[in-house]
Amino acid sequence: MKALVLVPAYNESARIARVLAGIRAAVPQAALLVVDDGSADDTAAVARAAGARVVRLPFNLGAGVAAQTGYKLAVREGYDCVVQLDADGQHEPADIPALLGVIARGEADVAIGSRFLGGSTAYRAGAVRRLGMGLFGLLAWLLTGIRFSDVTSGFRAFSGDVVRFVATEWYPTDYADADVLITLRRAGFRLRDVPVRMYPRAGGRSMHAGLRPVYYVFKMLLSVALAPVRRNGDRAERIVRWRS
Amino acid sequence: MAELTLHQTVFALITSLAAFVFVLDLVRRRRLREEYSWLWLLTAGAMVLLVVWYRLLILITQLVGAVTPLNTLLLCAVLFLFAIAVHYSMIISRLTVQVKTLAQELALLSARVERQE
Repeated sequence: MKALVLVPAYNESARIARVLAGIRAAVPQAALLVVDDGSADDTAAVARAAGARVVRLPFNLGAGVAAQTGYKLAVREGYDCVVQLDADGQHEPADIPALLGVIARGEADVAIGSRFLGGSTAYRAGAVRRLGMGLFGLLAWLLTGIRFSDVTSGFRAFSGDVVRFVATEWYPTDYADADVLITLRRAGFRLRDVPVRMYPRAGGRSMHAGLRPVYYVFKMLLSVALAPVRRNGDRAERIVRWRS
Repeated sequence: MAELTLHQTVFALITSLAAFVFVLDLVRRRRLREEYSWLWLLTAGAMVLLVVWYRLLILITQLVGAVTPLNTLLLCAVLFLFAIAVHYSMIISRLTVQVKTLAQELALLSARVERQE
């Protein structure tokens, strides 16, 4: 299986080298791609020095767009599987084979790394964050009938079909988690939670800072509420029809 | 509901005609693209129409149950501004997607070029 490890990164030069070394140790045979989301620091140079292939966006477009740039590359170069994790060290690279394995064995089309399954206790979320995650989990459950244990997880693996789907234009240009899972479920893909380890940030700025959580909650509520009745663009819908 | 005085008619006509000509001139000088001008031309055109055919405004006022023609005019103005603002948001949304796609294509292309060098 031709697997691509995708690491979207924004101003992570202080933390990304360790993450990339961890990925190399965990999956030495997989291709490693860093999408630099218009960083102001030398994230791209650090990533290149660590042996990763780097694609640089000309300006900052957000984590969702950076990730999608990687999906587009994966589609063009014929990868069968994309594993995605954060550049800030929150996700444990040693858990990549667990996610890859689910896709490789054909057990699911989407493997979502969940920090709340199994023995993972290192992650401590604040009360507001837990409330938000609980709310979106509940909404996703109501709309799809699936209990996602970690709807905001950015640690996930997609099969080739899913990558072709998320590389199309319906994919949101900003925060993309619960609504993406719901749309993927509705498109007929099989989703599966996989226990992974996650750690608190080792420093730097979370993308959930300032007033952005307010917009995040608004966007997710609207997007989750509309996901079942939304048009997903011609190309994405063709892929869905072709699958069913 | 009284008719407009000649004074009012002349002033209103000049204002709305000026608005119409202003938008047309922007299109003529290529400062405004045709595709974004139609809503403005519609607004200015409606203003001219209502001044010339004041009975229509009174008719609409009775139809929507407004108290005076002025209320109807204000309502129309707010609705037109709303339509124009939403129209812009739609254009911005489309441009956002286009800019995003272009940036991604540029990033992927330059990565490919760098590889070949």
